[in-house]
Formats: sequence, C-alpha cells, structure tokens
Amino acid sequence: MNAPVKTLEERKSELQGMGDSRLRKEDARFIQGKGQYCDDIKLPGMLHMDIVRSPVAHGRIKKINKDPAMAIPGVHAVLTADDLKPLNLHWMPTLAGDVAAVLADEKVHFQMQEVAIVIADDRYIAADAVEAVEVEYEELPVVIDPYKALEPDAPVLREDLAGKTEGAHGPRDHHNHIFTWEAGDKSAADDAFANAPVTVSQHMHYPRVHPCPLETCGCVASFDPVKGELTTWMTSQAPHVVRTVVSMLSGVPESKVRIISPDIGGGFGNKVGVYPGYVCAIVSSIVLGRPVKWSEDRIENISTTAFARDYHMDGHLAATEDGKILGLKVDVVADHGAFDACADPTKFPAGLFHICSGSYDIPSAHCSVKGVYTNKAPGGVAYRCSFRVTEAVYLIERMVDVLAQKLNMDKAEIRKKNFIRKEQFPYTSAFGFEYDSGDYHTALEKVLDAVDYKALRAEQEQKRNDPNCPTLMGIGLVTFTEVVGAGPSKICDILGVGMFDSCEIRIHPTGSAIARMGTITQGQGHQTTYAQIIASELGIPSEVIQVEEGDTSTAPYGLGTYGSRSTPVAGAAIAMAARKIHAKARKIAAHLLEVAEGDLDWEIDRFKVRGNEEQFKTMADIAWAAYNQPPEGLEPGLEAVHYYDPPNFTYPFGIYLCVVDIDKGTGESSIRRFYALDDCGTRINPMIIDGQIHGGLTEGFAVAMGQQMPFDEQGNLMGNTLMDYFLPTAVETPTWETDYTVTPSPHHPIGAKGVAESPHVGSIPTFNSAVVDAFAHLGVTHIDMPHTSYRVWKKLKEEGVQL
Amino acid sequence: MAKQIVKMNLNGQEIEQLVDSRTLLVHFLREQMNLTGAHIGCETSQCGVCTVDIDGESVKSCTHLAVQCDGCEVKTVEGLAEGGVLHAVQEAFYEEHGLQCGYCTPGMLMTSYRLLQDNPNPTEDEIRIGLSGNLCRCTGYQNIVKAVKSAAVKLQQKESATA
Repeated sequence: MNAPVKTLEERKSELQGMGDSRLRKEDARFIQGKGQYCDDIKLPGMLHMDIVRSPVAHGRIKKINKDPAMAIPGVHAVLTADDLKPLNLHWMPTLAGDVAAVLADEKVHFQMQEVAIVIADDRYIAADAVEAVEVEYEELPVVIDPYKALEPDAPVLREDLAGKTEGAHGPRDHHNHIFTWEAGDKSAADDAFANAPVTVSQHMHYPRVHPCPLETCGCVASFDPVKGELTTWMTSQAPHVVRTVVSMLSGVPESKVRIISPDIGGGFGNKVGVYPGYVCAIVSSIVLGRPVKWSEDRIENISTTAFARDYHMDGHLAATEDGKILGLKVDVVADHGAFDACADPTKFPAGLFHICSGSYDIPSAHCSVKGVYTNKAPGGVAYRCSFRVTEAVYLIERMVDVLAQKLNMDKAEIRKKNFIRKEQFPYTSAFGFEYDSGDYHTALEKVLDAVDYKALRAEQEQKRNDPNCPTLMGIGLVTFTEVVGAGPSKICDILGVGMFDSCEIRIHPTGSAIARMGTITQGQGHQTTYAQIIASELGIPSEVIQVEEGDTSTAPYGLGTYGSRSTPVAGAAIAMAARKIHAKARKIAAHLLEVAEGDLDWEIDRFKVRGNEEQFKTMADIAWAAYNQPPEGLEPGLEAVHYYDPPNFTYPFGIYLCVVDIDKGTGESSIRRFYALDDCGTRINPMIIDGQIHGGLTEGFAVAMGQQMPFDEQGNLMGNTLMDYFLPTAVETPTWETDYTVTPSPHHPIGAKGVAESPHVGSIPTFNSAVVDAFAHLGVTHIDMPHTSYRVWKKLKEEGVQL
Repeated sequence: MAKQIVKMNLNGQEIEQLVDSRTLLVHFLREQMNLTGAHIGCETSQCGVCTVDIDGESVKSCTHLAVQCDGCEVKTVEGLAEGGVLHAVQEAFYEEHGLQCGYCTPGMLMTSYRLLQDNPNPTEDEIRIGLSGNLCRCTGYQNIVKAVKSAAVKLQQKESATA
C-alpha cells in the first residue's frame, strides 16, 4: 500500500523553515554543560598569562622591577613595552585609525591600563606574580571631563601625537582633540531655525556604560614553531577581521593564522575589538613556543575593554506652532577615552549617528560630533546596537518629547504629525539615508489601542490632581527607526575590508546539508535561524542542516556579528547561495524528468512538471543525482558560495510604550507595563525574536535605570565590579509584552531587517520618556540617566514633591 | 603550595584527589576534573554562573575552596541528566527557550533544580526571588521563569506517576 500522500501544509511544516518557532538546535550542548567556551579550552603544556595594570589614571612609568616576580617558582616570563619594542608590537593600530598602547610605553593614560604581563604555569602563580611586579609611577594631572580636556591649558594626554595636526578623520585643532565630523546641510538647517516660529533646545548626557556579557574576554594562543602556524581560540565577534589584523601585526602569513571563535557567552559589542590581552597572549605563545591562555576577570572587563556611549549632546528642533518639525541641529562632544578605539566603519568616526532624524520627515538637518581624548579606557562600541544608533534614537526621541511639552501637545499626536508616511518610502532623509520601508502610523495605532492610551492619560490626569496619591505616574512613548545591516561596501569598511558577509552551502548526497558562515553567534541562535532560511529556500528540513561559524580555516570570510548585521547581511548571503543551488537543482531535475527547465514548477521541497502532478523530483532526489548522474556539461556536486554586499542598510522600527509609577517618598520606579511592538520585516523564528526582544529590553532597562561608570577626579572608576555595576536580576526585571507588524525590506532577498538590537535601542529612551513624563506637569523636560532610586529621589526633593 | 587529599562524591562517583589548599572549587571542577559546565563570570559571587549543588544546597563554586568539599556530595550540571535522560529542568529550559548564549545556563539549571527540590510548587515571585543570585544578560528572565514553572509541573507529574 502506498504511504498516505502528505498535504502541502504537512510538507511545509516538516521543513521547520521560516516563520516556524522551532526549538533551538544549539541548546542540547548548553543544557548539559557541554558548550565549549574559550576558558574551557585546555591544551597540553598550556601556560597562563595575567596582566599588571596601572593603579593611576595618568602617570609616567619611572621604573619596573620584574625580579621579585621572576623569582617565583613557575613564572616563565614578565614582559613590558620595552620587550615588545624590538618586535614593534608595543603599539597597535585601532579600528578608528588611531594607535593604542599594547603595553604602556613610558606613560599610562587610564586606570587599569596594561603595563606588563606575566606568564606562569597556572593562573594562581600568574596572579601571585602580578602582585610581585614593582612599578613606580610619577603621577600626572588627570582629565576626565571632555569639555575640560578641550580647554587651552588642559594637560597633554597623548604625547605620542605631539605636532600631529591631522588625524585619521581630518584636522585636529587641540592636543586632546581627535576629530570633528559633520553630516547634513548646516546652512539649510540654520535657515530653518532662523525662520521658525518655535525652537527648543536640550542638553543631555548619555552616560558611559559597559556591555558586560557574562563571559569576559579571553583567548588561548597556540603557536606551532615547527609548522610556523598560529591557532588562537578567542572570544571574538569578528574572527576573520581579527585574523587579518593578527597577520598584519605578527607577520605570520594569513594562511598560517587560524582564529577560532568557539561558543561565546554573550558579546553585545564587547567582543568586537582587538585588545592588548589578545595580542600579548599571542606574542607570549610565539616567544615561548607554548600555548598561552589569557582569561580576563570581571574587574578588568568592566575597567578596560570597550565601553559604550559617553556622548554629551545638545539637540535643537525648529518647528511650526502646530508641531510640524522644520529643522534639527545636534552638537555632540564624544568622550573617546585615551585612544580612539571606536569600532565603527572606517569612514564614520561617529558611526551612523546621522540616523538622528529618526522616524520623522524633517526637511533640514545638521549634526556635528567632536571626538575628545580623556584619561579613561578606550572603546566606543555599539552596545547591542548599530553604530551610535542608540545615541541617535535617544537624542531625537528626547527632542520630540521636549517639543511636545513646549507646544503642550500629546506625545502620540506630535509623532503622527511628523512621521514619514507609508507612501513616502523609499524615503531619503535630510542626512542622506534611504529608508527602505515602514508603516509607522499603523504600528502606532496598534500600540495605542492595545494599551488603551486614552485611559492611561485619563488615569494620569486623575492621579496628578490627587494630592494624596503616593506615586507619580509617567507614560513613555518612543517611535524609533534603526539603521542596521552595515553595510554597502562602497561606504562601509573595517580596516579597508568591505562590510559584506558570506555563506557557503554544501548539500550532501543523502540530502542533508552544511552551511558555513562569516558571522558568529553569541546567543542569537544562528545555528537554528540560518538553517530555517535554507530549509525554506531549498526544501530540506532545518533539522538536518548544520550551521558552522567562527573558524577562519573553514568558514568563508565575513565581517562578523555586531550591529544587527547577521540577518540583514549574512541572512541575505544564505538566501543567495541557496538560490544558486536551487538554480542548479532545477537543471538536474529537468534532466532527470526529461523536460525543459521552463516546464518545472517549484513547490516547497520539489520540482514538479507543470500539468503533471505525478512527475516530480524532491531536493533529496536531486542531491543524490548531483553526485552520480549530473546532466552532461554540468559539474558534479551541489554547493555554492555567496558573498553578499548589501545594496543598502535595513531600517527596522518599533513603537514602545512604558508606564512607570514612581514612589513619591523613596524615588523607586516600578515599571507597571512595557509594551513593545517591533517591525523587523520578515520574521524567521518568532520564538527566537521574542527571546531577543526580552533580552534587549532587559539590557535597555539596565542602562536607563541603573548602569553607570562614574569616575572620581583622579580618574578612578568607582564601580567596576558586579557589586556596583547594575545588571538586573529576575526580581527587578519587568515582565515584557511583545507585538509586531511586518513590513518587509524591499531590497533584502527574504525581506528581513534584523531585530536583536531594536529592543535595546528603543527601550532606553522609552524608560527615560516615562520617568520624565512623571515629572512633566512640574515643567521638567529632561532628566539624565540612570534613573536610580537615589537620583529620582533627589529630583523629587528638587521639585518639591511632597508625599 | 600545600596540597591536601580531598574525597568527595562528585555526580554520584566517589573520587579522591590531591589539591592545592587554595584552589577554588570552580577551578578544581573545571581544570582538574574537566567538568567545564560550571563557568566563571565574576569574582564577587554576584553572577551565579558557577553554581553547583553541595549537600543539598546551591553554592557558588567560585567562592568555595575545593578542600571545603571534603566528605561532601557535589552535583554539577553534568550530573543532572540520569541514564541519558534529561532532568525536567533541562527539558523545560529547552522547550521554553530559557537560554540564549548558554553561559548562565548551567548555574541557572542548578539553582532551579535546588529551588524545586525545596519548593516543588513555587509562585512566580518565589521563582524570581529564588533565581536572584543568578544573572542572565540574554533572556530577560521571562522564559527562564516560564521554564521553571514548566519544570515544576513536569516534576509533579513524574511524582504522581511513580506514587
């Protein structure tokens, strides 16, 4: 008896392809303690490296005495900048066109800067040796305020740049000035302001924060002196670029350098850069001819590896009296720390900050960003966001609220009035971005209905009129647009390498498949979602599609995973590679079925002869045939590689609404409700999308409500442990409500826009908007983050709020 | 460095090992016993990724010496599944998408395991408070809480099936 014929729906659902909330393929190892993270790697003869760090933020190194450390049994070496000089490795280039000290060369520029390394038999002996190295410093005046850094008589921080009046991004007009970068049309914006009936201005500081993934940074470097090959396991979000950099720095040919990003315990931007610890471990392994492991501890991680934000922003809007925005001007002073090590596409020293016109049709706009050196750690990464997009979204969303308050308009109404309308897409902004697609009005209405916005405003009004109400109620509303998926290589590169991404797919004879990618998952679930794309494109169940990433010796070259670029760029590469295979499969099917290619129709998992339902070949049939009876003139095998250079960025958007109740007595904020509608275009795995959104909202909550990196006047970082640096627990974290609309990207092969970072980017200004809104009836237009209970309590006192 | 002999029951096996007296339990497990499920995320007992179970209590193995475990029963994430069958908390974390990067997962599982031994039918608040010694940067906890609730139901069903 024949097996029952499966329905189309059954066949589709067996693929577990796009749109299916299938469970994750990567979980089996993680729930059984079998993940393989960097610190899990153990090699025969492996030594451990630890780092001697500076206790002072600015000082001259007078003397380093290695002897007490070298006297400890089990210590193999102590290296300083002087030891690296003959190799010319005491300084290294940064991604931003500056140089950074690998080990401090005569001077230290920030607290906890790397001064020397020790290599020992185990991590305990290495820690003892770090304590034993004696370093004498002559302290120098410290500058932590970027405005003070620009004063004429401010201390010179970067003596190595003396006399350099030209930086990587144009002229330098002060010894602590890095660059000034502008976008938009200044004279048009000035004209708009000169003639506008209404203008508003607001100064705001987006504090320095740290991405703080639970796994810190680290590596295991293993140089084989016989073969001349260097293999390094590294916590890297961009292993291929790291291989290129390591080859350039070390002189080892790129073909003999293998970088492996194993499982990564969260990245959030922290693991994009090349840190001195990596370089030192690699040098140590080359010098000693043995594997060397470096594992950073948490204090080192927060103190020295890449921070995010630290933007001091002045925003200005010009508008009509009824709230139509006519112009936007922004001036930013950006605190980049001691070295300019921002991880941005080369041509964009302020990243994609010029997305700061947001979701609004603003006819004229201009922004200017001035980068400044201070005695703080270098960095400036995108902490769960595309390059500086979080700062941009925060700026415009705050400014629109400020304008609404000035005009006594509702926050939703002013947004509706200024939204780019659905029919305006593709829309070119005043800064030159071409927004691909969007439908902001529909999404906003959906959220306002879902939360019964009118009722919330009525409740707020009633509470404001009740002197006995123990809380202040605030409603935050944000309607953000992101720019992600960097990016078109004509404008986006890192160290000269275009920001494409890649995929190689190989179909095996029995119809299963392997895909290798230039990206690297850090929890996003690539091994699942990428397989789902291939499943839908090629009709092979996602369960039998293996996805491999992170090993530069096997994966095609790609720029890595950050800035929400995996789905927009690599996701497109997958679809395009799959379509090459699909085209070849069609030829094979035509050959097997003895018809012309044009007589075939594709249906879920097979090619059918048009008009004859009985005649078909499944992808599994075709895979087998590809290896034993390909048509004449067609090479055997069924595989393809695609390097995808995106024609444009993608522009995901969202509408977020938050209700907060602030205790008038204690300043504690309680998030009563948080409603997040995201539009990331085509949805690949709704379960994973929801998970990403929950996580991003929680990280946004942390930034808005508690994270900060305060420095004292001596440049000491006052909170560099998890005792001080706020990571919310399950107790503080609100419960999230998620929703969506679907507006596919017209230029992306599957219409997907990327999602993981939207909730972080969008939620931070939403929390802020809610807290400010709670005080709005008192005339408050802005409060800087973070909204810790203490800071909110101080604001309550300042405003004379009585319990 | 003074070494001591430590005997313990580790995941059901009696073991005897020579350890430095200052060796932390997490390093002993990871480096000497090659059980790398327990991770390291801080040095201040905040993050909980190193959580293991010692004599019926959740313990952060980064602030516990290996020598303190002499004579103890120690269970790590590698000992949760029995006879190749996943424990209910493992199944539930998978089914409810209670993990992303996986780094906090072993600690979360061990804390959840103990929580449900001590309180088989916890409320959402009890779960959130019970997990407050374990940090997660990826999930926002929402699906972890769901997973613990689901595991509680699974364990109760198992209990009533065998009763």
